[in-house]
Amino acid sequence: MSLTTQTIEALIKLAIVAGGVMTAAMYLVLVERKMAGWIQGRLGPNRVGIPLTKIRLFGLGQPVADALKLILKEDVTPAHVNRRIYNLAPLIIMTAAVSVFAVIPFGSIIPGEGLGRENPIPLVVAPGIDVGMIFVFALSSIAVYGVILGGWASNNKYSFLGALRSSAQMIAYELPLGLGLLGVVLATGSLQLEKVIGVQADTGIWFALSQPLGFVVFVVAAFAEAARLPFDLTECEQELVAGFHTEYSGMRLVLFLTAEFIHMITAAFLIVILFLGGWHFWGLTGGSEDAVTWLGAIVRIVVFMIKILAVILFFMLVRWSWPRFRFDQLMNLAWKMMLPLGIVNLIAVAIAVEMSASAGASLPWIVYGWIVAVVAWMVTAVCSPLMTDNTARVGDATVGAPLEKAG
Amino acid sequence: MRHDDPAVTWVEEPKLGLAGKMYLPLFVQGLAVTTKHLVSRKVTISFPEERPEIGNPLIYRGVHRFNKDDQGRVKCVACFLCATACPAHCIDIVGIESPWPDREKYPESFQIDELRCIFCGMCEEACPVDAIELTSLFDLTGRSREEMIFDKEKLLSVYDQTKDAEPMKSKSLGGTV
Ligand code: SF4
Ligand code: SF4
Repeated sequence: MSLTTQTIEALIKLAIVAGGVMTAAMYLVLVERKMAGWIQGRLGPNRVGIPLTKIRLFGLGQPVADALKLILKEDVTPAHVNRRIYNLAPLIIMTAAVSVFAVIPFGSIIPGEGLGRENPIPLVVAPGIDVGMIFVFALSSIAVYGVILGGWASNNKYSFLGALRSSAQMIAYELPLGLGLLGVVLATGSLQLEKVIGVQADTGIWFALSQPLGFVVFVVAAFAEAARLPFDLTECEQELVAGFHTEYSGMRLVLFLTAEFIHMITAAFLIVILFLGGWHFWGLTGGSEDAVTWLGAIVRIVVFMIKILAVILFFMLVRWSWPRFRFDQLMNLAWKMMLPLGIVNLIAVAIAVEMSASAGASLPWIVYGWIVAVVAWMVTAVCSPLMTDNTARVGDATVGAPLEKAG
Repeated sequence: MRHDDPAVTWVEEPKLGLAGKMYLPLFVQGLAVTTKHLVSRKVTISFPEERPEIGNPLIYRGVHRFNKDDQGRVKCVACFLCATACPAHCIDIVGIESPWPDREKYPESFQIDELRCIFCGMCEEACPVDAIELTSLFDLTGRSREEMIFDKEKLLSVYDQTKDAEPMKSKSLGGTV
């Protein structure tokens, strides 16, 4: 295989992924608005269809109209900002968000024969990267830079507070996220995302089944990393106007918002790949080493996309189900619950991998994983580290006590 | 406020049960509620194409109309009771001697400023001959303030427009004529 065909192949995949992710982000905004409407008893956006006609198509034109509106809007740069960093921040966050997809598979493999290749083509832009997961995590940490720089350069107290919160939150949740991930890495023995799917497909046991505790920890942390409700402290409208992007408008704002949506998509991809078996479904897709036909390849892609859509819909449903955490509760949850639970999970998985012949993928070890999860969860619940009750109560001498005069 | 003030009642927060402390049960409960709303019937409609259902048009308080009697004359006797009752002072009447033998006066001009009106229905309550009534038309619009001052002719035309859908309330509710 010459270098050029490799380049062309990578470029085609790149176009598919970048285009797909962008379009998906646009349409997911519509889905989110629709869901919001339905849950609140409204119909949601349903007017925009084909322009100049009466055809409405259930509002499918809405994303295009939104994009046009935002592009045509005036891009205000306030006078008091640090111009260079202000312009740089949205670019950083967007670049980081999109580059993650270089190592994230969006399907399994497609047969190469029809395309003049002897080997099957893996459906990932950069196949076989051994440090795939580290790459994902490094890039999603860089996204925080975009947030902090944006908040800092805006020279606005709301932006700054949002950025500060964001950095604290990201640091707090990177740890449980990593711990949830480590369990999977231990069980597969690889940092390669394709490999993780492969292991789950071969054993037929998704890691959500064998490591339920790690799954819960990872999902909660993923919500926080994507800054979705109930963890959207970085931009809670009621307190911070819009958080770190208060001063942004026009195209730059679009970059921020899209990047946020892409973070959610990334989180959904990771959850599905790491814990929900990727493209695997029992009896439909076969193992990772089996030869695939075109039909098989398409079935795998469809299964994969359905799972991802389901996770994203779950994200959206949660958004309208739960109120936002207070900041101290958020920190408590990370440091007092998620971190210990993550460590417990890691130890449990280590024991399972060490003791069992199948690296924890047999029935007794699944039962063991669930027992660990339930017991650990109960213990944390009974110790209730999340209780941050700071209401005034009877006998609290500080209530109503006269203020001491200074000096 | 002092904490030992006898006038102060202290309310303690209820203690969380095990389900509350475990978080996940309540989380699932919350999801169940939103899912129920997700699939339940929506309360909004696509307005101009779909019209909302008005429960009982007879007691709805929308745009006014001026009723006509069986000879097609305006029923109003220019008694000024509605103008007196109106809390928003939006009824303006000029009464002159009536050309008909059955009443002394009738309105030469009768204007309601629909922009000032608060649609309280007091005029309807006050009218001794049930000449003024509120219909169930709710989406009145206009391009200027002047257009929204409804005069006698316009109010009578509202009657022509709505008389079939909404019979005169006076009859169905046991009123005068
Ligand atoms: S509905 Fe009330 S405010 Fe309107 S004209 Fe009648 S009395 Fe006046
Ligand atoms: S509408 Fe009724 S209350 Fe008003 S002036 Fe005429 S008769 Fe009197």
